[in-house]
Amino acid sequence: MSAATGRSGAERRRDEAAMVPDAEPRSYYGHPVVKPPVWKPEIPFYLFTGGLAGASAALALLAEARGDDALARRAWANAFAGVSASPVLLIADLGRPSRFFNMLRLVKVTSPMNVGSWLLAGSGLTTALAVADACTGVVPAPAGAIAKRASAALGLPLATYTAALLANTAIPAWHEARGILPFVFASSAAASAGAAALLTTPPDAAVPARRIAVGGAVAGMVLFEVMEKRLGDLGEPYGEGAAGRLKKAATALTASGAAMVAGLGGRRAGAVAGGALVLAGALCERWSVFRAGFQSASDPRHTVGPQRARVRQGARGGAARAVARTSPEDPERKTVFEPRARG
Amino acid sequence: MPRAELEVRTYGSAARPRAGFFTDTTLCIGCKACEVACKEWNRIPADMQDFTGESYDNTGPLDANTWRHVAFIEQKVPVGADGAARSLVTTAAAEGLAADAGLATYQEGDGLRWLMASDVCKHCTDAACLDVCPTGALFRTEFGTVVVQEDVCNGCGYCVPACPFGVLDQREGDGRVWKCTLCYDRLRDDKEPACAQACPTNSIQFGELAELRERAEQRLQRLHDAGQDDARLYLADDDDGIGGAGAFFLLLDEPETYGLPPDPVATTRDLGAIWAATGAAALALGAGLAAAVLGARR
Repeated sequence: MSAATGRSGAERRRDEAAMVPDAEPRSYYGHPVVKPPVWKPEIPFYLFTGGLAGASAALALLAEARGDDALARRAWANAFAGVSASPVLLIADLGRPSRFFNMLRLVKVTSPMNVGSWLLAGSGLTTALAVADACTGVVPAPAGAIAKRASAALGLPLATYTAALLANTAIPAWHEARGILPFVFASSAAASAGAAALLTTPPDAAVPARRIAVGGAVAGMVLFEVMEKRLGDLGEPYGEGAAGRLKKAATALTASGAAMVAGLGGRRAGAVAGGALVLAGALCERWSVFRAGFQSASDPRHTVGPQRARVRQGARGGAARAVARTSPEDPERKTVFEPRARG
Repeated sequence: MPRAELEVRTYGSAARPRAGFFTDTTLCIGCKACEVACKEWNRIPADMQDFTGESYDNTGPLDANTWRHVAFIEQKVPVGADGAARSLVTTAAAEGLAADAGLATYQEGDGLRWLMASDVCKHCTDAACLDVCPTGALFRTEFGTVVVQEDVCNGCGYCVPACPFGVLDQREGDGRVWKCTLCYDRLRDDKEPACAQACPTNSIQFGELAELRERAEQRLQRLHDAGQDDARLYLADDDDGIGGAGAFFLLLDEPETYGLPPDPVATTRDLGAIWAATGAAALALGAGLAAAVLGARR
């Protein structure tokens, strides 16, 4: 790398030092500043099932509009499977599962988890009606059509709000990815919906599913890379430890699955194998993002470094002030602290 | 007007002046009476009995079973090594101010500086934990403090990674989240919180926030006059990333030395951007699916 760009090692080190705002931020015996989540493995599985359900509902409605009833029925079934598994996973993760209904005590837009609970509740009801209508036709005419539209409309935010759930925390690898993480999750939700439909749909009815599986897979892989690059040092967790291994697995599975769907998706075996690989890749991707949050929270450098850097650069005043103010009304009261040189 | 005061106003005539802690770490002697008093009064379960090797701190950071935590930091600071540099205590002592200011409590005189600080929930003005709580278990009291209602919390754990200070945690075997209540029960009986009452040196001062802030300014000025240039107030202003705290501190080093974030920002300050990106991604997902399905050849 350095030979190619003609830069000396010292120059490269300087560049790296410039990238690392505070190479060794101070901490209290290396203890984390923010707490890692207490969420259990149910949550990354839910990130997957929620995305699968939401995108599948939208896919189903679109397939129906196009007249692909065979694809639509299967996509409705997948959406229903997703919204059925999701609340089970979420309730199992609660510290007090018997109190799950407290999630719907109020409507609270500052809490993505509360918004998500309402989305999931609405999605569950409408998707149940939609799948009943699509598979049996027993639902009275207007109710079935309304339920399908509502299920698809709720499905889109259901597939992306989980990114808001993670981004709306103090965990740097999640919070600082807030602009792009929803798009990463949207892509893998699309890939999941397409891939799940491929598992059960005859190949001649599955052209849209193949396009979605491949398109979602490619977009997801690209966006994940962009996210990691954009995060800079804060993106380290996505390349290290369990999160890094999961991301590698996700990329390998998704890429091979997408290639198989693109090349052999016209045959049943190719579609099933490719779809299964893409699904496994999407699941690993969610797991990678989940684990990266734990790793990010556990390292005080990721929390303190950027905060110290923006105070030092004068971008923000920070929370400490060394200058006393004589009166609380004094407009000049806020002054950036300048550490005294030691030694 | 800070958010906390707006929220307190919803109590109408029951609203009370905002209560808080001013923790003056220059007066802390590391006795841990606050930790004990807190555990006793709030009936917090015993936890780790361990040797951490981290100075006299065998408590560990704040969590579900630790609502007050005394940090111990040992530092080698040159004392009088350089005549040009105004060293902390030697100069001040000569002026007879150090003893008056109570600075001798943490300075050993042989170059070892021993910082002690009792950490606690900050009872933020913009409290991320309260914002993200999906059940409303976390609420703003009439004193402007932030409290978890143990009969509502369903243990979803969302507040745990939302707190920029890592204060809240889920209690093992209980499932719910617990943190400092600023002794809500005692406040309602016009008593001061257990930790403040137990503190033998007045390092933990309880009172009305406005009054505490004035007191802190005077203390900061006095320490500077005594040659303690390192002294600084932490979370004492409304214009920081959490809108100021109900529990603020006087520190002698950078906040991160004590395990505190130097520029904490409530995550919900970015909520608009987060929801905008989430909505845009949902629309993009719909558009992408529509293009793929409706545009496919038959």
